[in-house]
Formats: sequence, structure tokens, C-alpha cells
Amino acid sequence: MRLPLLALLARGPAHGYELKQDLEQLLGAAYPQPNIGQIYVTLGRLEKSGLIEGEEVEQSSRPNKKIYHLTAAGQEALSAWYEETSDEPRVRDEFFMKLALAPRTGLADQIALINRQRRHYLNTMRTLSKLATADHRDNRIAHLLIEGAMLHLQADLDWLERCQEELEKPE
Amino acid sequence: MSDAPTAVLRAEGLVKTHHGEGAPAHAVRGVDLCVRQGEFVAVTGPSGAGKSTLLHLLGGLQRPDSGSIWLDGERTDTYSEARWAVERRRRIGIVFQFFNLVSNLSVADNVELPALLAGVPARRARAERAELLAELGLAGKERSMPGELSGGEQQRVALARALVNRPPLLLADEPAGSLDSRGTREVMRLLSRFHQRGQTILLVTHDARLASAADRVISFFDGRIADDVELDGAPSPGAGVPAVLELRD
Repeated sequence: MRLPLLALLARGPAHGYELKQDLEQLLGAAYPQPNIGQIYVTLGRLEKSGLIEGEEVEQSSRPNKKIYHLTAAGQEALSAWYEETSDEPRVRDEFFMKLALAPRTGLADQIALINRQRRHYLNTMRTLSKLATADHRDNRIAHLLIEGAMLHLQADLDWLERCQEELEKPE
Repeated sequence: MSDAPTAVLRAEGLVKTHHGEGAPAHAVRGVDLCVRQGEFVAVTGPSGAGKSTLLHLLGGLQRPDSGSIWLDGERTDTYSEARWAVERRRRIGIVFQFFNLVSNLSVADNVELPALLAGVPARRARAERAELLAELGLAGKERSMPGELSGGEQQRVALARALVNRPPLLLADEPAGSLDSRGTREVMRLLSRFHQRGQTILLVTHDARLASAADRVISFFDGRIADDVELDGAPSPGAGVPAVLELRD
């Protein structure tokens, strides 16, 4: 959450609630939104590490609000974020370990494990494809997020298929 | 049989072996299958698993070595070629990966042809064609030739052609196999829409995204059904959708 908040502040100062709204508008309802508490906690940490600075603003009928802006160090951290490439998503190692160890435990059949995992993925895929066709057609960024999730899941399903092909063959 | 009145398609003990060069390929090895009225079923599996052969057997494009097929409760595996040609026009619509449109006929003629061949009066064939093309977002393309259209548009014409006789069953063989991501989404959306109106669909695809539009998915491996699952789209136990959408730090 830290760097996305810095990125949202790049355009100009804002308070916590504004940042939450910006994020919601950008990513759409499908994206699991951080709650306002998480945002305030993260902003506090960013301030402590000197990447942003907050300024108390008095409000007549409500408690003061704090408006944050990027510091030079924050600006630099953000630029560094954009300079580096991101890590690859990891292979689902938990399922992989289950599958690899199944014959030694005698507790589960590998093909049955694969079938069950596939059912799980397919149901998630169906929910995603409903999301994709439903209300996000007008929000390009939200749509790309869902499409990305679907493509990852598709790769996982393809990999399950490979496992099944391979493990059904006699050794 | 209790499911007879609602089974649009039923198969029992289907077997098909291809004898080509080299060792015989056991494409379909004993398949039982029942597709009920209004169902949208996807058959998925790796290439070479025999799923296209299965669709060809069900649509009468190939003959099984053994086993039986019923269409609306009627045995079809004893049909002659001529009989199949007639039945396919009336009772089954098929779309293929490479569209298979008649390249020297206009879009309108491609769609009207199966209706005319089935003995539908020309006026009604025109009306059906106009309605379907409008529905599929192809109004204004009637006079275009297939070669002038994008892949996605050609597949929509093929879909109109497959549905022009309002067949009880639509078979789709990798309908998005030669389309890009956007075309795939479009095909998904259209299949879902026709399904919502009651169209029974059997879809063969290696694309899990496309398969997830169906409400039942059959996993096909090595000529056999490995799993057959109803998708309810209900959140399953575990992290599920929120977790796959979560962007990480």
C-alpha cells in the first residue's frame, strides 16, 4: 500500500479520505479496497520515514484533518519504484507441495487433488468472468485488472492440465 | 429413462480411433454424456485429448466406431450421410475455429444459405438474417465479403449462420481459437447471451476463460471424461476472487 499512496500524492496534497476515494475510482469496485484505517496507518508510517509530511488543517465543526504532501525523499522513492521492474508472480507452491508429497503420505490421490483444485479455480474464473462482463466495461483500468487475474488463473489451469497429463502416464 | 424428455443430446459408449500413419490414435475411448435442454456445457482439455473428435461425432461430422448418440431422444448414429446433412441444418448449428464461411458469398448470403437449403421461404430467411446480424452488431455489413471482415466479425457471421434455423443445439469448436483477447471476450459475451435466452450449447475449448462462461465444465483427457463439474460461481472456500485481484506491494 505504501507506494500506491505515494503515487496518489504525486499529483498534489490530499488527506486520507480523498486518497481512499481516488483509489476506489481508479480501480473499481472489484478490487478489494483497503479500509480507511489501513490508509491512515500507512500514511503515519510514511510520515515517520520522512517520505511524506502532514499538515493539520482546522475544520470548523469537525476534528482537524491532516493534509499530506510528498517530500523530496518521497519523490525519490517513487521514482525508484518506477525505475525497477516488478517481481514475477510466484508459482502456487502450497498446492505444488501437496501434489508432490501426496504419494508419500498415502492420504490423497494426485489426480483427485488436481480435479478438486481445478474445480476451485474454475469457479473463481467464472466469478471473474461475470465481473468482467458486468459493470466494469466502462472502467478500463478495473477491466485490465480483472483480465490480468483471469490470465493468471488460466495459466494455473493450464499447468494443472500439464500435471494431469504427466501424472496419468505410467512412469 | 427419466432424463429422456429434457436431454437434447445423449451419447453412450462412444469410441473413435483414427487410423493414419503410424500407431492408431485413440481419440475417444468410451464416452457417456448427457446434455439437457438449456444447458451450456464446455469440454476442455489439452490439444490432442480428443475433444474436437468428440464434437465431430456428436455433430455427425465423423462416425463413431461404436456407441450410440441420441438427438432429442432419436438415435442418430444410424443416419445416412444425406440424412445427416438435412438434420444438421435443422437441429444442430456448428461454429468452427476458422469460421468456414463461403468466401465468395456475401455476409447476407452466407447467413441465409442454410435457411434456404432447409426450405425456409426467401422472405423469412431474409428477415431472420437481418434480425441476427443486427443482434450480433453486424448491421450494415450484409454486402461485405467474408475476407473484408476481421476475425471477430467473421466468427459473428458464422454464429448467425449457425443459429439462423433456430437449432435446438449449438456446437462450438474452439470458436475463439483464432481470435485475440478482445475477440475471445466478444464470443464469450455472445454465447452467454444466447444461452440466457435458452439456447443449449456444447462448447469445446482449451481456453479456461471461455469455458468459465459455461455452467458445466467437462475435463477431457486422453479420450475420456476426467471430471464433470457444475459451476455455480459461488465463492468457494479459500481466498478466492479478492485474493487473485489483490495487487501486492
